[in-house]
Amino acid sequence: MSESTIQIALVLPDLLGTYGDFGNAVVLEKRMTWRGIKAEIVPINYGQPVPDSCDIYVVGGGEDTAQTLAVKHLREHPGLQRAVTKNAVVLGVCAGIQIFGESFTRADNVTHPGMGLIDSTSHAGGSRAIGEVLAEPANGLFEGVLSGFENHQGRTVLGPAARPLAHVKVGTGNDGSVEGAVQGRILCTYLHGPVLPRNPQIADLLIEWATGVKPAPLDLPAVTAMRAERVKAAS
Amino acid sequence: MNDSPARLPLRTAAAVKLGNLSSTLSQKMGLGAGGMIGGRVALKLDPQALNRLTQGRRVAVVTGTNGKTTSTMMLARAVGALGEVATNHSGANMPDGHVTALSKQPDAPYAVLECDEAYFPSVAGASNPSVAVILNLSRDQLDRVGEVRTIERSLRDAVDKLQNCTIIANCDDVMVTSAAWNASKVVWVATGTGWHHDSASCPRCGNPIRWQGEHWHCTGCDLSRPHPNWITADEAMITPDHQKLELRLTLPGKFNQANAVMASAAAHAMGVPADEAVRRLRGVSNVSGRYRTIQRNGRSARLLLSKNPAGWSETLTVVKEANHPAVLVINAQEADGRDLSWLWDVPFERLQGRTVIASGERATDLAVRLTYAEVQHTIVPDPLKAIDQMPQGAVEVIANYTAFRDLNARAAADE
Repeated sequence: MSESTIQIALVLPDLLGTYGDFGNAVVLEKRMTWRGIKAEIVPINYGQPVPDSCDIYVVGGGEDTAQTLAVKHLREHPGLQRAVTKNAVVLGVCAGIQIFGESFTRADNVTHPGMGLIDSTSHAGGSRAIGEVLAEPANGLFEGVLSGFENHQGRTVLGPAARPLAHVKVGTGNDGSVEGAVQGRILCTYLHGPVLPRNPQIADLLIEWATGVKPAPLDLPAVTAMRAERVKAAS
Repeated sequence: MNDSPARLPLRTAAAVKLGNLSSTLSQKMGLGAGGMIGGRVALKLDPQALNRLTQGRRVAVVTGTNGKTTSTMMLARAVGALGEVATNHSGANMPDGHVTALSKQPDAPYAVLECDEAYFPSVAGASNPSVAVILNLSRDQLDRVGEVRTIERSLRDAVDKLQNCTIIANCDDVMVTSAAWNASKVVWVATGTGWHHDSASCPRCGNPIRWQGEHWHCTGCDLSRPHPNWITADEAMITPDHQKLELRLTLPGKFNQANAVMASAAAHAMGVPADEAVRRLRGVSNVSGRYRTIQRNGRSARLLLSKNPAGWSETLTVVKEANHPAVLVINAQEADGRDLSWLWDVPFERLQGRTVIASGERATDLAVRLTYAEVQHTIVPDPLKAIDQMPQGAVEVIANYTAFRDLNARAAADE
C-alpha cells in the first residue's frame, strides 16, 4: 500500500448498496484523481475483515435484514471503529446514520445495538419518508444547499455530542427539522441521489478532511446544471 | 352471437360492455391506447370482474422484474397451439389491463396475463391460475414498488395460498427460489441469468448466501439452488426428458433466451409439447415496439427498453458487439420511479470510447453519471433530435419506461 494514495473503503457494497450509494465512492475517487491526488476504491465485502488503515470509509443504504447482517459484521470486525480513533473520515448514508448510532429500533419494536460512533438513536417512524429533500447547511459546515432523495422509515434523534448536518427546508430528514449528523470526521445523511454527485461541496469537504488541504476548484458543468434542476424541482 | 358472453352474470356483462365502449371512445378521442380505461370502468362497476372473467378459462400469470412483456408474448404465442388466447400484451399489466384484455376476447378458453409484481397477490387470488411464472426479482423503482425483499415476501405468501397451480420459477435467482420454495407444485428453470446484488443475504433467514459456480446455498437455513427441470444452454434448452432443442430466437441477448425457456416450460405445463412451443415463440420479434429499428434521415435506430440496473446491465451487453453510437434516454416520472440513484448501479463505464448522447427529461442526471464514468457525451434532451445528430448508419437507442413509451409513440406517428 502506497503512503501517498488515499484509500476509499467501500464498506459492504453487497449488503449496503441498494440505493446506488456506490456512486459516492466513485465521486470521491474521481474528484481526487482529476486533481492529481492519487486515490483508489477498496471494496470490503461481507465475510472479509474490515481494515483500519483506509483514509475514507463510505457506508451506504440497505434493506432491513441486510442492515442487521452488516452491523453484526462491523461489530465482529471493528476495523472501522479503530480507524475512527485514528481520525479516518467516514460517510454514512441512510442505513449508515442508523447503524453508526447507539441503537436503532425497527418497526417490529426490536432494538438493535449500533456501533456507537455517533451520539444518536434511531427508531421507526409512522410513515415512510419518500421524495426530494432540500436542506440549508448547519453550523457553517459547507456552502450551498444540500440536495438529495430520501426513502426511509427511520427517524433519528441526535444527542449533544452530534451536530446536525443541515436544516430541512423540503422533506423529512432525521425528524422533519434537522437532517444528518456530524461528529468529529464522521458525516451522516439520510440522502441518496446519491448524495455526493448531487453535492460536490460535501465531497470536497470530505477530501479536505482526508488530505488536510482544501482541494482546488473543479468545474463540472453537468453537475452545476443537475443541481440547479433538482433544487428548482424540489422548491 | 350476443355482444356479451352468456356465461357472465348480468352485472359483469354490463360492466364489460360499458368498459369496451370506454376503450373505443378513448381510442377514437385520441386519449389513449384504450389498454386500461375499459378495464378501469368495468372494475368500478363490478369489482369481481377479474374473477368472473377468468372463470372457465385456463389462466397463466407472468410476473417478475424484467422480461414480463416479452415472456407473456412468447407464452401466448406458444399456448396458441391449444386454442384462442386472451392476453394483455401492450404492457397494461395491472387488473384494469387484465379486465380489458379478457373483455375483448370473452370466448377465448386460455388467458395469458402479464402482471405487475405488486399486483400479483390480488391477480393470482382472483384469477385462479393453473400456471404462474416468476421470472426474476431485482431492485426496481424503490420509491414506488418498495424494496425487493418486501416484494419477495408478498409473492411468497401469494404462492403459498395458490392451489392447483404450477409455479414456473427461475432457480438461478435466489429471490424467486425463495418465493416459490413452498409451492405445492413447482417447475425449476435454470436460466443462467440472475442479478446477485440484492441477494447477498438470505430473504428467509438473513444469513449469507454462498455461491460456488452456478450453485448457491444459504449458510443459515435449508434454502439452496434446486435441481433444475429445464436448463438454458447457449442458444438452446434442455427439457425435463433431456431433449436438446435449438432456440434460434429472433430477439437478441441471453436475457431473451431465459425468457424463451421460462415461456416454454410454462407452455409445457399448459399442455403444449416443448418443440412446438419453441417453434411458435421463436418468431416473436417486436415486443410493443422494443427491439424494432426505425429509419430516420439515414440513421437506422434500434429501440431498446431498459428500466432498472439489471435490465441496463443486460442491454449494455447486447449492444457491446457492435460499437455503434448510443442515445441513452432517461425519464423519472412516477411509473419510472422518481429516484434516479439507480443510475449509479449501471456499469456505464462500458461505453467509454463510444459516441454517446444523454437524452430524456433527466438527461442532466445521466450526464453527471457519464461524466464520472469518463464517457464522453453531449446532451440533447429530445431523443428524436438526438438520433438525428448521430452520424449516419446504425444507432442504438436505450430508454427507460416512459421515455421508451413516448419515443415509440412519436416514432410510430412519424412512420
